[in-house]
Amino acid sequence: MNETILLAILTIITAATPLVFAAIGELVVEKSGVLNLGVEGMMLVGAVSSFTAVHVTGSASLGVLAGMFAGVMLALIFAFLTLNLQSSQVATGLALTIFGIGVSALIGQPLIGVAYEGLPKVQIPVLSDIPVLGRLFFGHDILVYCSIALVIAVSWFLKRTRAGLILRAVGDSHDAAHALGYPVIRVRYLATLFGGGCAGLAGAYLSMAYAPMWVENMSAGRGWIALALVVFASWQPSRVLFGAYLFGGISILQLHAQASGTINIPSQLMSMLPYLATIIVLVLISRDQGRIRRNAPASIGKAFHPTT
Amino acid sequence: MSVSAPRSDTQLVSMQAISKQYPGCLANDAVDLNLGAGEIHALLGENGAGKSTLVKILYGLLQCDSGHIEWNGERVNIASPAVARDLGIAMVFQHFSLFDSLTVLENIALGMAVDADATLHLRIREVSERYGLPLDPDRSVYTLSVGERQRIEIVRCLLQDPRLLIMDEPTSVLTPQEVNELFVTLKRLASEGVAILYISHKLDEIKALCDKATILRDGKRVASADPAVESARSLAALMMGDELSDVEPRSSSAIDTAIMQLSKLNYPASDSTGISIQDVNLELKQGELLGIAGVAGNGQDELLRLIAGEVMPSGGSSIVVKGLDITNSGAGVRRTQGLCCVPEERLGHAAVPSMSLTENVLLTAHHRMSMTSLGLVSKAASRRFANEIIEKFNVQCSGPDAMASSLSGGNLQKFIVGREILQNPDVLVVSQPTWGVDAGAAAAIHKALRALAASGSAVLVISQDLDELMQLCDRISALCAGRLSQTYPTSEVTVQQVGLLMGGAALEAST
Repeated sequence: MNETILLAILTIITAATPLVFAAIGELVVEKSGVLNLGVEGMMLVGAVSSFTAVHVTGSASLGVLAGMFAGVMLALIFAFLTLNLQSSQVATGLALTIFGIGVSALIGQPLIGVAYEGLPKVQIPVLSDIPVLGRLFFGHDILVYCSIALVIAVSWFLKRTRAGLILRAVGDSHDAAHALGYPVIRVRYLATLFGGGCAGLAGAYLSMAYAPMWVENMSAGRGWIALALVVFASWQPSRVLFGAYLFGGISILQLHAQASGTINIPSQLMSMLPYLATIIVLVLISRDQGRIRRNAPASIGKAFHPTT
Repeated sequence: MSVSAPRSDTQLVSMQAISKQYPGCLANDAVDLNLGAGEIHALLGENGAGKSTLVKILYGLLQCDSGHIEWNGERVNIASPAVARDLGIAMVFQHFSLFDSLTVLENIALGMAVDADATLHLRIREVSERYGLPLDPDRSVYTLSVGERQRIEIVRCLLQDPRLLIMDEPTSVLTPQEVNELFVTLKRLASEGVAILYISHKLDEIKALCDKATILRDGKRVASADPAVESARSLAALMMGDELSDVEPRSSSAIDTAIMQLSKLNYPASDSTGISIQDVNLELKQGELLGIAGVAGNGQDELLRLIAGEVMPSGGSSIVVKGLDITNSGAGVRRTQGLCCVPEERLGHAAVPSMSLTENVLLTAHHRMSMTSLGLVSKAASRRFANEIIEKFNVQCSGPDAMASSLSGGNLQKFIVGREILQNPDVLVVSQPTWGVDAGAAAAIHKALRALAASGSAVLVISQDLDELMQLCDRISALCAGRLSQTYPTSEVTVQQVGLLMGGAALEAST
């Protein structure tokens, strides 16, 4: 029984990690005042690119890098369209997702059915051998640790560094930031590209670790969940982490419940559960209006027209 | 007054023959301006006289078409605010460049290009205490009132040790006591050698504070004057040309019929930094002007939102207008019942910045001025009404299709006040009616408010400008920490006594 629970927890971690990457990236993007709805598309292109790279070169590191690079490239298209040409962020983001779904299916056509053994796990002598705890805290793949480190780093960056303060200022009022002489467009470019890299990384994690293979549309709406997580976590990194694990946890538990066959609830209802529960919980914990005012980027989604 | 401050032959700043052309208007026409170190120099003029354009050129926000600027006798090219700051020029804007979701500390750090650390925290506390500008560095800006926001800007400038401080209408949101404290601060800065360029419409202040005055009208410099020698009236005459008319003596038109009653009005703050309205009782009579004084951030905004119907009071409260209980009615019903409001924040609260004046008119006047039929909007009717406001209140704009955000502060203020007055409300609640408005426009707004009261409506004026309230109103009361003081006839109290009420003290029974 212990073994089952432990296995379940381990799968929860792998289910949550891609959400953590995608959501923390989008959080930085939104904090700079940009709303990129193309997360789903960037994840898919990241997934197919990393799987292709691994398939061709056999190197896991190159695979991860390829996924991130692909995400950055897609974000670059988005940034150019919305920040330079001032197209609508909502429409451009949706187009990016549709584009990503299409282009990833095209590239991935020859990869369907190709097998990959998955990312290597980090095995630390002695520590990994501690019963239960050893397997809970050690022996994951390297990206799991990276995702946690990334959340801490982003949180520290936004709260403690001057660059983070400028990023928040740009997201709060681009006109005031511009008036004080801060480079609004450049800050937003960097944030958008960072978000793209994170979404690409999330995609790479899906095709290389979570389910080491390529299936068309394999992100299955996780990009959208990541977007929702950012809002419901009221733009706070620690809550994004919590939300991602909550969602991952319930997805896995309901899968186990369905598989056990002991619970007599229609499977469709069970499949809804993670989405519903995550949204309800996060809505409940983010009801404080003051907290939202302090954290929500006020100029999100608004086009910036420099006046001088 | 002879100026005793140290002065060398070279001026600190010399702006020579500055011209700036905008499409359709010459904002500055060969304007000269000279300032020496330690001098407090007033820049006077009505709205649209070109004051803002001139100081924006000096601060590097705009480039002049012709003319040049000398700093310490050397010709300089102030290409951006950063260049201005490096020279030692600091500016307190009328419209603040603040980030709402960030704290005071973070805002100041961003404006100064330093880290938001403990050192800065300490310096803010130090400067704000030294100059009597209380500020909590850890508060989020969105929780602060306009007056408190202005303090951030002033403290930010002072932290930069400027050699020239430009202040655009700094006292319009301060209490008399705060104004006095600010003047002490400014005089102290001047004695330390800082030059101050002071833009204001308040002639008494200029007489009390400034060594010299430059007066602009229609983009031209019409005079340089010594405010100590000139009278307030002669300064006003220079500023306004021949439009000047005397203030009419007050005569109350109040009759003893209550038109609006607030009783036991309670509203708990929505978060820890808000102000709770506590047990506000008020009776407004037909034909009277009642003033509510108070320092910014004592619940003025909350009270207005409660009366306007934007937020609902807690149980037990009651608001009655013309005998009808509207405690739980929305803003639309209240307007139908004859209760109109002008909130303090012009852009974003009273008007939608990105909408035209015609559309903004529709937002509050559609019912009272019958601008809709069968649920469809009559653009012609709203346009007509917008034109009427523009004409009657002399609003300077390109027409009824101008975006609200394209109007200067004073003109938009005239427009939103006019929009409510021309609807002939039975009760008008107006907050800071003349904030950032020049003397001519303020007089026009005051006159219109009086005329409204004379026609039998009741007017509730919420303002931080005590002189305005004492001059305008029949009765006065003060709001302090969400509690409303007793009401006194303005003829029976002094400014100092109202100052006590604003601080939350009760007056002796004998007054």
